[in-house]
Formats: sequence, C-alpha cells, structure tokens
Amino acid sequence: MVQAAAASSAPVQKVSLLRVLGPAHVWALGVGIVLVGEYTGWNFAADKGGTLAALIICWVIGLLYTSVAMIDSEVTSTVAAAGGQYAQAKHIVGPLMAFNVALYLVFAYTMLEVSNAILIADTIKAYAGDGFGDWHYRGAIATVIVVLATLNYRGVLMTLNVNFVITAIAYLAIIVLFFSVQPWSQGAVLKLGEMVTPENALPYGWIGVIAGFHWGIWYYLGIEGTTQAAEEVRSPARSLPYGTMAGMITLLIGASLTWYICASLMPWQYLGFTYYPLLDAGKLTGSKTLETMMFIATILAAVASANGCINDAARAWFSLGRDRYLPTWFSAVHPKYRTPYRSILFLLPIALAFAFIANLGQAITFSILSGVLHYTFMSVNIIMFRNKWPLGTIRRGYTHPFHPLPAVVLFVLCVVTYFAIFLGYGAQLTAMVVFYIIMSVWFHFYRYRYVKRGDQFTMPWPKPRGY
Amino acid sequence: MAKYTPPDQSRAMQWIDIIFVVAAIFLALWLPLQAGWAGVSRAIEKIENPTWELLGQTPVQVEQWVKLGFADAAAAHDIIQNKFDYTIDWLQLLIMTVVIVGYFVFLFRASDKEYREVIDEKFNGK
Repeated sequence: MVQAAAASSAPVQKVSLLRVLGPAHVWALGVGIVLVGEYTGWNFAADKGGTLAALIICWVIGLLYTSVAMIDSEVTSTVAAAGGQYAQAKHIVGPLMAFNVALYLVFAYTMLEVSNAILIADTIKAYAGDGFGDWHYRGAIATVIVVLATLNYRGVLMTLNVNFVITAIAYLAIIVLFFSVQPWSQGAVLKLGEMVTPENALPYGWIGVIAGFHWGIWYYLGIEGTTQAAEEVRSPARSLPYGTMAGMITLLIGASLTWYICASLMPWQYLGFTYYPLLDAGKLTGSKTLETMMFIATILAAVASANGCINDAARAWFSLGRDRYLPTWFSAVHPKYRTPYRSILFLLPIALAFAFIANLGQAITFSILSGVLHYTFMSVNIIMFRNKWPLGTIRRGYTHPFHPLPAVVLFVLCVVTYFAIFLGYGAQLTAMVVFYIIMSVWFHFYRYRYVKRGDQFTMPWPKPRGY
Repeated sequence: MAKYTPPDQSRAMQWIDIIFVVAAIFLALWLPLQAGWAGVSRAIEKIENPTWELLGQTPVQVEQWVKLGFADAAAAHDIIQNKFDYTIDWLQLLIMTVVIVGYFVFLFRASDKEYREVIDEKFNGK
C-alpha cells in the first residue's frame, strides 16, 4: 500500500501525482467537461422562458462564469494543489468550508458524470429503435462509466490526451454545422425571424428569464474544474490561467453559435423539450451527413465530459483523505499509474447507482445545485484572499483585474440563480442544503478531531492579516 | 500554542465513517427523487381538437414540426401546451432563504474558529 505524502504517520514510500500536463490539457479538462452543455441542457432555459431568454441567459451566465474564471485563475495560480477550490478554501477560509467545497465538487462532478452516461444511452436509444431494450440501455450506461473509470485509473496523461482529441472533434462539429447552414444568408436554411417572433420571444415575460437561469448554468458548468489539475500541471502559474481563460472564450463562442443555429431552426417549445438540440439541428438541415456528424459529436461531447468529471471528482475525494478529513485510506496514489485510484474506484458504484435511478433532468439539477453553492463560496473567498494577503505580500501567478467587481457580480448572479432554482426545484435545494448542514455538524463536532491542525496549511505564505 | 496530536482512529471506526458519508450522500440524492421534490409545477392546458393555428404555430414553424416527426397538431399538442406556473410560494421561499443563509453563517463562523487554531499552530502564535 502506498499513501500520499501527508497521509499517515507510518513509514511509507512517498508517491505523488505526476506533473505531466500543459495548458492544452487544462483546456481539454475544462472545455471537455462543459462542452456537453451545448449539446444538451442549455435548451431547457428556452423551456423556462423562451428562446430569447435562453440567449439573454447565455450571455449573463457567461458573465457569471467569466467572473468564476478570473477569480479562479488568480487563486489557483497561487494555491496550486490537487482539490482545486478545496485547497483554496483550506488556506483562505478554514477547514469546515474546505470540507464542504470538496463535497460540492464531488456532488457536482459525479452527477454531471451520471448525466453524461444517461445522455449517451438516451442518444443511442433514440437512434437504435425498439431493439434497444432496457438491458441494452443499462449496459450502455455501465459501459461508459466503467470504461472511463478504467481510463482514469490508468493515468492522467492518457485520460486528458483522449479528452483533448474528442473535445476538439465535438467543438469542430459545432463550427462545421454553423458554416453548413449558411449563417450569412437568413432564409436559406436558418429562419430566425420566423422561429423567434415578438409574440413568442419571452412567453412568460421577465420571470421566465429569471427562471431560465437555473438551466443557463449548464452552458458553462464545470469550467472551474481546470483547477483540479493544479498538482499535475508542469507550470501551474502559467498553464491554469491560460487554459481556463482560453476555455471560457471557447465556450462563449460555442454557446452563442449553438443558440443561433438552434433558435433559427426549431420552434421554442420543441427547443425547450428536446434532449438533443444540436443533433436535431443537424437533422433539420436535411443532410444525412450533418445529422450523423452531430450524432457522433453528441456522444463524444458526453464522453469527454464524463471523463473529465471522473478525473475531478476523484481528486477532490483524494484530497479529503490526504488531509484526514475522511479516512486516509482514500489518499492512496497508485504506485505505477500515479493516480488516486481508490477514490476513482470508490466513486464508481455511486455514479452507477444514480445513473440507474435518476433521469437526465434530475441528475443535471443535482449537479447545478452543488455548482451554485460552490460559486457562492468563490465570491466570498476572493474577497477574503485579497484581505488576508493583499497584493504584493505573496507571489501570485496571475492577478485578476477590476477587483472586487467580478466577486460582486458573481455573488449577485448566484442569488438570482438561487431564486431561479426555487421557481422549479425549491424543495430539492432546501433538502440538499440540509444535507450539507448535517455533514458540516458531523465534521465540525466529530470528524475534525482526527485532523492535524497546523499541517493543513502547506503554502509558504506569511501569516494572514488579522490573525 | 501546543501542537495538537489527533487521536488514532481504529480501522473499524474508519469504515463506520465511510459508511456514514456514503449513506448520507445516497439519502441526499435519493430522498428528493423518492419524495417527488425533483420537479416543477406545470400543467398541460388542453385544447380540444387542436389545429396548428389554435396552437399558435405559423406555417414555417409547422414545416419544422413536421420535419421533426410531428405529423399533425395533436402530436405536438402536449409539448406546446405544457405551461409553467410561476406563482411564488412565499412561505417556501422564506424557509429556503433561512436555511441557505443559516447554513452559510454557520459555515463561515465555524470555519473561522477552526482556521484560527490552524494559524496559531502553523505560526506558533507569533
């Protein structure tokens, strides 16, 4: 048995995660997790508020995530450790917050992985016809989750190389579709003016726009996952900001193109109903080649996302074990593959179980709820970071501009999103927060006794201001 | 501040902790599904003998519905007429707000208490 460096007091061979990744891998991890959101999920915002609402949300939520990316880039280029925001919370806010942040990450990514597996099975089922029975459906879900967990088990470099290739293909498919429908010539294929009219643009008014924020999160959910690779990139100070911001630009362009294509091809009621808006867009062009391309791209986008999610959830869980927040058994690094293999294996049956009992909409909502709690933390975290270590007191890999504006924007948009979730899933949100309260009480009054105090602070920083 | 030495945890207790965490995760995810909380208030506003005109669809929109496999208005009726009800339940909103605010207040206060111990030990009270 091999434990990570700080895991145990027993004499052990120290094996750490491998530093083998570059900016392209960071991009592949972030965009790979998120791109599936263009292929499904974002369009439910149209269901909530109409097609125009989906566009407004695309850009407003884009602002939320740009704030997330800016904040994340500064803090992570300074706190470069596996666990990403978990490690940030541990050094800036405190152990209980770090414990909660790790749970947000595990929940958000595991449920996102589940959503992807369901999407893949649903997409195949939609094309396979009646011969694709229940066992085939379950088999497809299980195959996706087990094969990707095995890939993650075998090594991070191969995992993210695969992600880079399939993410690039899925993204290029959107670009190819965009140019194939002659966007410069409205009326030839695209019919935006006919699909979105003054009468149906905002069918529920502005309350529908706010309600749509819930699903708007899905346009970009997971871009912050780039920070999970912090301990495995060769140059965190350069690669993380570069990969994250490049990923965000990629996604903003992809989301806008996706909206334009889909809004111009299908009535808003159908757009808000379908699970495969881009695949349907391919179908509506009348080209079998484009339809087949979008079918393959939908599968690839979901595979890339599930792959990145396994990577990120496992690292957050691994970090909890390494700091003794959970039993140290989870902090083992594989002696040959240098991956957090026990965490990968532990989360595998949980993902499988929920892939079998939840549907796509429910799994996505679980993921979104944890994501919004997480972003609320980030808006406060950056304020505390700048207060405890003002500029110039420690070396930062990147300093984000306009502070505290991004933090304020992020916080306000989080509050709006809570209200949006309330309009559809208020009871579920309350139940999940009650879960986090129970876990917090368990950690603070019981589990924390097993945690070494000073050892948690591993950064070579001066004492924080005010302590 | 004296260095804090955590007690050893037996293997059995480690397993109990793992089981507790897994059970809590399953409960948090499974209970809302089982209780039917995971869903939104919406209803189909039924139209007898629907036509595309009654459903508010223009000829160009109808063309797209047909391409998508909806041969007539009746086939698309339930999708088009499935409307949200955004009436606000103020009591539920209040409860949700109290729970979320209470959670974050506890989280930041308890974290700060733990954080002070970490900083004290790390920097030896200096």
